Amino acid sequence: MRVLMFGWEFPPHIAGGLGTACYGIVKGLANNGVETLFVMPSASGDEDQTYTRILNASDVEVSDVVKNPKEFLERVQFLRVGTNMVPYMDPAKFTEMSSKDQRSQIDDFKVNFKQKYKFSGKYGTNLMEEISRYAMVGGEIASQHKDEFDVIHAHDWLTYMAGIAAKRISGKPLVIHVHATEFDRTGENVNTQVFAIEQMGMREADKVITVSNLTRNIVVNKYGINPDKVVTVHNAVDFAGREQMVVERSVDEKVVTFLGRITFQKGPEYFIEAANKVLKKCPDVRFVMAGSGDLLNRSIRQVARLGISDRFHFTGFLRGADVQKMFAYSDVYVMPSVSEPFGISPLEAMITGVPTIISKQSGVAEVLKYSIKVDFWDVDALADAMYGLLRYPALSQMAAEKGYDEVNALKWDHAAAKMKHIYESTLK
Amino acid sequence: MKPSICLYFQVHQPDRLRQYRFFDIGKDSHYFDDFSNRTILRRVAEKCYLPMNAIMLENIQKFGKSFKIAYSISGSAIEQFEKYAPEVLDSFKALAATGCVEFLAETYTHSLASLVSKDEFKKQVELHSKTIEKHFGKKPKCFRNTELIYSDEIGEMVYKLGFKGILTEGAKHILGWKSPNYVYSNANNPKMKVLLRNFTLSDDIAFRFSDKGWNEWPMDCDKFASWVQDQASKDEIINLFMDYETFGEHQSAASGIFDFMRALPQTLLEKTDLEFVTPSEAIKKHEAVSPINVPFSISWADEERDTSAWLGNELQNEAFSKLYDLSDRVLALQDDKITKDYMKLQESDHFYYMCTKFFSDGAVHTYFNPYDTPYEAFINYMNVLSDLIIRIERKLRLG
Repeated sequence: MRVLMFGWEFPPHIAGGLGTACYGIVKGLANNGVETLFVMPSASGDEDQTYTRILNASDVEVSDVVKNPKEFLERVQFLRVGTNMVPYMDPAKFTEMSSKDQRSQIDDFKVNFKQKYKFSGKYGTNLMEEISRYAMVGGEIASQHKDEFDVIHAHDWLTYMAGIAAKRISGKPLVIHVHATEFDRTGENVNTQVFAIEQMGMREADKVITVSNLTRNIVVNKYGINPDKVVTVHNAVDFAGREQMVVERSVDEKVVTFLGRITFQKGPEYFIEAANKVLKKCPDVRFVMAGSGDLLNRSIRQVARLGISDRFHFTGFLRGADVQKMFAYSDVYVMPSVSEPFGISPLEAMITGVPTIISKQSGVAEVLKYSIKVDFWDVDALADAMYGLLRYPALSQMAAEKGYDEVNALKWDHAAAKMKHIYESTLK
Repeated sequence: MKPSICLYFQVHQPDRLRQYRFFDIGKDSHYFDDFSNRTILRRVAEKCYLPMNAIMLENIQKFGKSFKIAYSISGSAIEQFEKYAPEVLDSFKALAATGCVEFLAETYTHSLASLVSKDEFKKQVELHSKTIEKHFGKKPKCFRNTELIYSDEIGEMVYKLGFKGILTEGAKHILGWKSPNYVYSNANNPKMKVLLRNFTLSDDIAFRFSDKGWNEWPMDCDKFASWVQDQASKDEIINLFMDYETFGEHQSAASGIFDFMRALPQTLLEKTDLEFVTPSEAIKKHEAVSPINVPFSISWADEERDTSAWLGNELQNEAFSKLYDLSDRVLALQDDKITKDYMKLQESDHFYYMCTKFFSDGAVHTYFNPYDTPYEAFINYMNVLSDLIIRIERKLRLG
């Protein structure tokens, strides 16, 4: 089995969790005997290629499709940027204009695409242009390497267009992998352009993989996708080679930690409210909110208003080793997310031996037994759970020990085996 | 009786905090950014304190007893002079030796203690007076509070500490139709005399001097002297109170501010009938015309002339209340190092950095601010304060 895989980033240069997950997936697939050819917009050359071949889209010269651009363009019509919606125009004029537009697009295509395009591979302002061009290159790669893969696998909306282009050119089945949806990122203020790309990817795909049942429900209900083709494969983690960090604690009190982006999605206000309730019962606890985000300032004001700022600390954005240091500093880790497709960070806490509390509205809640689960809005339940883990050693010890074993059992090899089945089902 | 003119300058430098992280709490109790404190003090010394002191000394030598000025120098500034620029302290001592310079009392670390704690306030004022006497040979007789903060209650409290006069802002909202150019008395205690800043004339120099958009620009000594004469012909005393850093810092040397100040005493002495007095002389020379009612605290800061620059939002109020919660315990502990850090954390500047009034007066706020946002200032300050609390608790537990 050979897979043409489209990603956006790959370790060591990662901005979010997607790159780490992709690495785990290709490694797990390799252990299951599945070969992958991993395409990314901008590779640096220092990526670990033990488990996959990396293809840098910035190095690909678009030549095959240029031989017959008209045919190519017909197949990937969806890629046309721009609109023909012009007001106050009679039909004759409109036809004239749109055919002219089409001719110029072919010319433009010949000129622009018979060359390499240097992708930034970041999440910048010309993201929409980058993903369109990435799709062009995706089509080219599918054509050049036609005989080297059986299935196409695309990760998250940035790569869906590339996946679709590859499918249209090669005729091979497409699997798309939903790590997060626009609803998770923005609540209800969905960017319609992103939504449209996501929905198109889901509709074109032969199978859709979601990272949790929570996400699967969103895909089925909000994007209107046939449930029969949507399958959940929970994420795993790979903590191999990670050394336990020993830190010297300098505060006597127990520390309860929130670590992540301080945004609506992560539910920081519920953490603060619960902290306030706990501090009323036992003042000898410290709370830490680590991270940065658009709700940081509001959170600081909330803490000041409650008058608990001598017990509630902010660290700002933490980098590299400081993240591990923060986990090692903690006695309880809390993730009160309002909506979380999966959520890797509680697993990092657990591998450090820290008991966790997670919201029922997170995908990771579906795979964890030894984590206390509460509704994100139920501040009383959250405060109860914090108090219990702080005050009853039997509880926190069990959560720490069993939690550690539980996380170690989450293997990418298992997840990859499920993916292999899904690939096979598309070839039948 | 000739009308009087009273020139007074405030000298203060804060102890800026270093970037103090959560991981430092309980571990590292060095709070201050020595490098930037030294760098800034050295800069201000070269650009302002040394040249301005030289000009003042030159004028005193030229006019003998007819030219007089007053300073208040915070304990924080004096400590920094000792550490980073002893020559500045020497130049102030040279001014003190002329007998034409009065040094006023204030809180040692330029704090807001007057608003919250009588004991803390008293302790800091006494420490400051002692320090001034040690360096300049005379015990201060007049008082000026941090940023000219004043209320009826504060005035009365200061009188009980042995001062006969106090300086504050001639704020419009307390004066109404009255003129700032008279000596007033405290509303609760008629023996306490109050000198009010003439903010129009003071700010003509401090804020507007180099403003080319100002319709009176450029202002020379003759023009300024005529305005002073104009007001003084009807009234008794003109109080010009300013930040000393006005000269060479807010108004750069290139604006001609030093030439202006060098020539101003002579112009005033020749072209007007005013005589220079120090605050102590002013309260002896002039009778109070009436009590002045100030039920709520005023200051010389911002458009509002109140305390909202330091205690105007929830961040400032929270940090302030957490800080003064410690007062009794610190007093009881009698630990030198802890007391010292505690006093430095009371500097009003730390609260000023947390101010969220970004508009009209924001420019002045950002000019002095080491932080990008008030939120960062708050986080950093609270981290430091949390460490101090741990030190106090540990010490108390040891007994």
